[in-house]
Amino acid sequence: MDFDFSDEQRQLRDAVAAFLAKEYPFERARANRRAARDWDPEVWAGLAGLGVTALNVPAECGGLGFGALETLALMDACGPYLLQEPLLGSAVIATALLGSYAQAAPAAALLRAMAAGEQVAVVAHFEPYARFDVCQVHTRATPEGAGFRLTGHKAVVMHAGSADTLLVSAREPAGPGGAGGAPGGAGGGMSLFLVPRATPGVRLERYFTVDGQSGADVHLESVQLPADHRLGGAGAALPAIEAAFDLGMAALCAEAVGIMQALLDATVEYLKARQQFGQPIGRFQALQHRIADMVTHLEQARSMSYLAAMRGNHPEPDTRRRALSAAKVIVSEASRFIGQQAVQLHGGMGMTDELPVSHWFKRLTAIDVMFGDADIHLQRYAALSRTIHEGTVHV
Amino acid sequence: MQLEFTAAERSFREEVRAFLEARLPAKIRDKVRDGRELARADHVLWQRILHERGWGATAWPVKFGGAGWSPVQEYIFEEESALAGAPRQIPFGVKMVAPVLMAYGSAAQQERFLPDIRSGAAWWCQGYSEPGAGSDLASLRTRAERDGDAYVVNGQKTWNTLGQYADWMFCLVRTDTQAKPQSGISFLLIDMKTPGVSVRPIRLLDGGHEVNEIWFENVRVPLENLVGEENRGWTYAKFLLGHERTNIAGIGIAKRELTRLKRAAAAPRGEGRPLLDDPLFAARVARVEIELQALEITNLRVLCAARGEHGAGPQASILKIKGTEIQQAISELLMRAAGADALPLRGEAGTNVMPGYLNQRKLSIFGGTNEIQKNIIAKTMGL
Repeated sequence: MDFDFSDEQRQLRDAVAAFLAKEYPFERARANRRAARDWDPEVWAGLAGLGVTALNVPAECGGLGFGALETLALMDACGPYLLQEPLLGSAVIATALLGSYAQAAPAAALLRAMAAGEQVAVVAHFEPYARFDVCQVHTRATPEGAGFRLTGHKAVVMHAGSADTLLVSAREPAGPGGAGGAPGGAGGGMSLFLVPRATPGVRLERYFTVDGQSGADVHLESVQLPADHRLGGAGAALPAIEAAFDLGMAALCAEAVGIMQALLDATVEYLKARQQFGQPIGRFQALQHRIADMVTHLEQARSMSYLAAMRGNHPEPDTRRRALSAAKVIVSEASRFIGQQAVQLHGGMGMTDELPVSHWFKRLTAIDVMFGDADIHLQRYAALSRTIHEGTVHV
Repeated sequence: MQLEFTAAERSFREEVRAFLEARLPAKIRDKVRDGRELARADHVLWQRILHERGWGATAWPVKFGGAGWSPVQEYIFEEESALAGAPRQIPFGVKMVAPVLMAYGSAAQQERFLPDIRSGAAWWCQGYSEPGAGSDLASLRTRAERDGDAYVVNGQKTWNTLGQYADWMFCLVRTDTQAKPQSGISFLLIDMKTPGVSVRPIRLLDGGHEVNEIWFENVRVPLENLVGEENRGWTYAKFLLGHERTNIAGIGIAKRELTRLKRAAAAPRGEGRPLLDDPLFAARVARVEIELQALEITNLRVLCAARGEHGAGPQASILKIKGTEIQQAISELLMRAAGADALPLRGEAGTNVMPGYLNQRKLSIFGGTNEIQKNIIAKTMGL
C-alpha cells in the first residue's frame, strides 16, 4: 500500500503544469472565453507534444498505453487552468471507449490519429430528458443497404464542435435477423457508431456551457454510415460505454481536486490579506472554521479521487461502479461545498468575473452534475451495497 | 500508488484474526458487539491475554518490552480487534503515559512503571481537565507545592475517565503561579491510594458511570514521581495529545457498528418490508458508509505519509473530526432504525440502542473538542 506517484507520473504532472503555467495563464483562458473561441488549437498541440493525447491510447495504436493513475496526475495538474480543450472528452473518455474496439481497423486508425493530436473524437450518448440515465437512448440505427441510417438527438455533447468524429450510441431494431434487441433489459440493443462530423445529416446546435466550455446538441437527420462504422457487435455497446464514462468520472474527480486545492489556497490567501475591523478577516473564528471544513472536504475528496483511479479499471463491473459512485458522491459534495464557501468568503469579490474564483466555482458546479450528481450516485451505491459486507475492508 | 496491503501485511492480518478467534472470550465479545458496558475485570483479562501473546504494548519499541510494530501493523491490529468485538485497549497506560515515560521519564520510572502497564497489572487514569480548565487546559489550577521530599497537591480534576478503577494517575499540576500559564505546569504520577485522594462519580445522561471528579486534599506525592523537569509538563502533555489523536479515527469500530446497523436495517419486520428497502433510509446508510470509506483511505494516507512518525498536525484533526462524526452518525441511525422501540429503558438487555446514541455524543467533546480541532486546522493553514 502506498499513495505516492511514480517518478514517471510525477514527471508527466510537472511537465504539464510547467507548460500550462507558461502558456495558459488565466488571462489567456479568459480572453479566449470572452472572444467566444471554442478552444485553442495551439494549446492542444502543445499538450499533444507532451504526450497528453497519447496517454490512454494503447501502445499498439501508437500511444503510451498508460492508465488511470497517469490520468489522475494529469487531470489534477490541469484542473486549476480550466482548459477549454477536449482533454476529458477526447483524450480520456473517447480514447478509452475506442480502446475497447482497438481490433477494428477504423477504431485503430482513429486512435493513431488521436494519439498524435491530429484528430479529436467525443462520445455522443446522453439524450434530452434522460437526465443521468445511461439507458435512455432513443436514437435509432436502421439497416440501409449494406450500412446504417441514424436518426436522433444527442444533448449537451461537450466539445462536439471541436471533434472530427462523434462516437454515437443508437438502438437497432429487434427483428428475426437483427441481434439488436436480443439481450433483454434497458441497455440491450444499444450499438456504437463512428460518425465523422462532416457526414451529411449531422447538424450541431452549438453553445457555451456555464463553465466556459463549448458544447452542442447533436441532431442526426438520416445520417448514412457504411457497415464498418458500427464498432463491435449489434446491441452490445452499453458495458463499454459505461466503463469509459466511469474512467472519465475518475478523471473528472481528479480535475475537481486540482480545482478545489486552488480555490482553497486562494481563499486562505484572501483571508490573510483582506482587512476589516482593523485586522485580517482570517482572525475571525467563524471564517477559520469554514476553512477547516473546506480542508476536511478536500482531503476526503482527494482520498476518493485515488480510489476512483485505482478502481477505474477493475475487471469486476460492480466493484468498479461501487467505487466510482462512492467517489462521485464525495467529490460532488465537496465541489459544491468548497465552491460555494470560496465565493462566500471572498465576499463581493467572489461574485466578480475578474478573479479566477468565480471561474473555478462555475467549473465545479458543472462537475457536480456531470455523469450524475451526488444523489444519483448515492442511489446507485446503495443499490450495489445492499448485501452486508461483513468485516469487509472497504477499500 | 496502490491500495493493496503487502503480502506480509496480509499474512499478519490473518495471524491477528486467528489469535482473536482463539483467545477472545465469548462473554467479552458479546458485550462489545451488543454495546454493553464492560467491567474492570473484562478489560484486565483481555490485557492479560494480549500480554501473554507478547502483544500487551504493540507500538512500544522492543527495548521497552514492546512488539515494535509499524503504524500499519497497529492499524491492522486495531481494525481486526474492533471487528472481532475485542475491547478497545484502555489508552491511558499503554498509549498515553507510557510514551511520555519513554521519552521524558527517568530510567527508574521506566523500570518501575512500564512492566505493569504492559501486563495490565496497573490501571492508569488521566488527570487533566478541571472545572475551570477544559478546552483551555493551560488555565488549570490544581496546585503542587514542594514540602521536603514531596509535593503537596491540592485541587480538583474532572471528566476523569474510569478513575474509579485506577491504581495510578498521570496528572497536570501547577508548580509555578507566577509564570505564563503554559510555563508553570508539571507532570506528576500520583498513586490513587494516597491519603487525600477522593473519587466521586459523575452520573451521565446514559445512566452510566464512566467519568469522575477527583479531589486532592493535601496529597503528598514523592518528588521522584515528577516526570522530566518541573514546569515543563505542558510540553509533555502536548506530545501526548498528538498520540491520542492518531488513534481516534476509530475506523474498525465504525465498521463494526455499521455492520450492526446494516444487519438491523435488513432484518424482517413482521409483515412489513425491511427498513433497508426504504430508499431514504438506505441512502442515509449508504451516505455514512461512503464517508467511512473515504476516511479509511485518508487514514491510510496519513499512515503512509507518517513513515512511522506519530505526528499531530491537520491530518490528525481531520481524522478526529470525521471519525467522531461518522461514529455519531451510525449511532444515530441505529437509534432511528429501532423507531419508538428505542425509547423504553429496559436495563442492559443489549437490544437497547439509546444508551449508545446518548453516550456517543461524548466523541466530539473529548480529546480536544471538534471545534478545537478546527482551530488547529485553521492554524496549520496559516490563519
